[in-house]
Amino acid sequence: MSANSAGAGAYTGSPGATTNHQGERPTMLKVTGLQKIYNGGASAVEAVRDLTFDLGEGELVCLVGPSGCGKTTLLKCIAGLMPPTSGTVELAGQSVTAPPPGMAVVFQEYGRSLFAWMSVRANVELPLKEKRIPRGRRDELVDESLEAVGLTRFADAYPWQLSGGMQQRVAIARAIAYEPQVLLMDEPFAAVDAQTRADLEDLIRQIWQRMGVTVLFVTHDIDEAVYLGERVLVLSSSPTVVQDDITVDLPTERDQLTTRQDERFTELRARVYAQIQQAKNGTGADQDAASVAP
Amino acid sequence: MSSQSTAPSTGSRAGASVRRAGTKVVHVLLLPALLIGLYAYSSANSDSYYTPTPDLIAAAFVELWFSERFFADVLPSLARLAAGFAVSAVLGVGLGVLLGLSTRVRALFEPVLEFLRAIPPPVLVPLMILLAGIDDSMKVLVIVSGCVWPVLLNTVEGVRAVDPVLADTARCYGITGTTRLRVLVLRSASPQIMAGLRLALALAIILMVISEMFASSSGLGFAIVQFQRTFAIPEMWAGMVLLGLVGFVLSTLFELAEGRVLGWYRGLRAANRGE
Repeated sequence: MSANSAGAGAYTGSPGATTNHQGERPTMLKVTGLQKIYNGGASAVEAVRDLTFDLGEGELVCLVGPSGCGKTTLLKCIAGLMPPTSGTVELAGQSVTAPPPGMAVVFQEYGRSLFAWMSVRANVELPLKEKRIPRGRRDELVDESLEAVGLTRFADAYPWQLSGGMQQRVAIARAIAYEPQVLLMDEPFAAVDAQTRADLEDLIRQIWQRMGVTVLFVTHDIDEAVYLGERVLVLSSSPTVVQDDITVDLPTERDQLTTRQDERFTELRARVYAQIQQAKNGTGADQDAASVAP
Repeated sequence: MSSQSTAPSTGSRAGASVRRAGTKVVHVLLLPALLIGLYAYSSANSDSYYTPTPDLIAAAFVELWFSERFFADVLPSLARLAAGFAVSAVLGVGLGVLLGLSTRVRALFEPVLEFLRAIPPPVLVPLMILLAGIDDSMKVLVIVSGCVWPVLLNTVEGVRAVDPVLADTARCYGITGTTRLRVLVLRSASPQIMAGLRLALALAIILMVISEMFASSSGLGFAIVQFQRTFAIPEMWAGMVLLGLVGFVLSTLFELAEGRVLGWYRGLRAANRGE
């Protein structure tokens, strides 16, 4: 069912390698030379300069970078919600110019990404209806995904009747019921409390292992990136480039307590932290370059 | 108070709910009763011919509206009202969605719409008589010319206010075209649309009466003017009372419909306030 758990071991022994990590896996998501300049009247702002990376099939990769480094811009370009100024995004070999059918996105603002006038079940089911999945299979998918996020009991509730963490789980259930090839997550846990966050992190690992879906997880939280990812891409400050590409050679089975106390975890965390500090300072003088002539 | 057994306890609970309902009725009826009493007192002590006592008005009311005049005047009025309101709703929401979704269309239409909106609908009556004659279509047109604006403007606002995150979500999940319109745009704009419809309903009653006061041979507005001109003063009052009741009933019905359509919105707002 999941090639990931087996494949994860292959990374061990190449800590800190900065080459790409697909190895024997086929590429699922390929971002090449992505640049995004916002044209704002008199001055243009280059949010993303030149991003190139790729995700192998079934990989779980975390993107981490200093705040304001254009993570959301990047994610919107990858999701096909925003055209890049230059560069390309490919999903399973197909160029992405509009939201592709094989991609699901979980946004940070859970309260604003659910349909408040629909029940939890209807929220999860709606995209499946649009995909013209027959009734029986649809019910199955909805039930399974609600079960996976532990919300079976709340299927008939409205999203606003649930807590923040539960609402985000509805969004996750909707994403997994959609059976995407790639799951994009834009700081999905930034707005939930710490305990809920830990639970949701484990939930994502679980789902990823079970479904074998390719996950790109954007976060500003270094611990989260290292805990969750098989690989961590560190972005520089805006205008953004990939500053470092770190393989997380931790065991596949992770645990909030033991993993976070692991010596290797601390090392990796320190390395990502150093990279981000460097990203912040290194491009500090270059800040003016963010504004280029229109 | 119910220490002996459970039976009296349930009895007293039922009693409490009856009492609560009673209190509510008192709350609703207290002020109207007071006002009617005040009017009864002042009209009884006045020798003005134009302020008949409530019992005269009530007698005229029963005599007038529980007769064939109900079919001759009340039903045609209500039919015009319904037609005018329905056309306004469809036109206002349809055009509002179009304008709300497209910046370009909005820029094109906005100046003209602002001008048209500024014209008070009653001054259109003479023109409408020339264009549409003096039959029902003129009256419906007058109602529409006033009612369409609150619906239109509110719909535009509601459609423009669709949450960008939700719109992105819908795009990601391939929700486009008419489904998008149905499950995202119209539902998300429904609180504003309902607010516009509520305003339109109140306006529709006013415009219905006004349109019937000109060149008309039936309807409540016509009847009231006719009573006034023939010095049938209690009947004139009975007409006004009926109009008030029609307005009250319609707004109550509207509230019920709104409760069904916007149940989620009320819950959402209550949840947000609770946090």
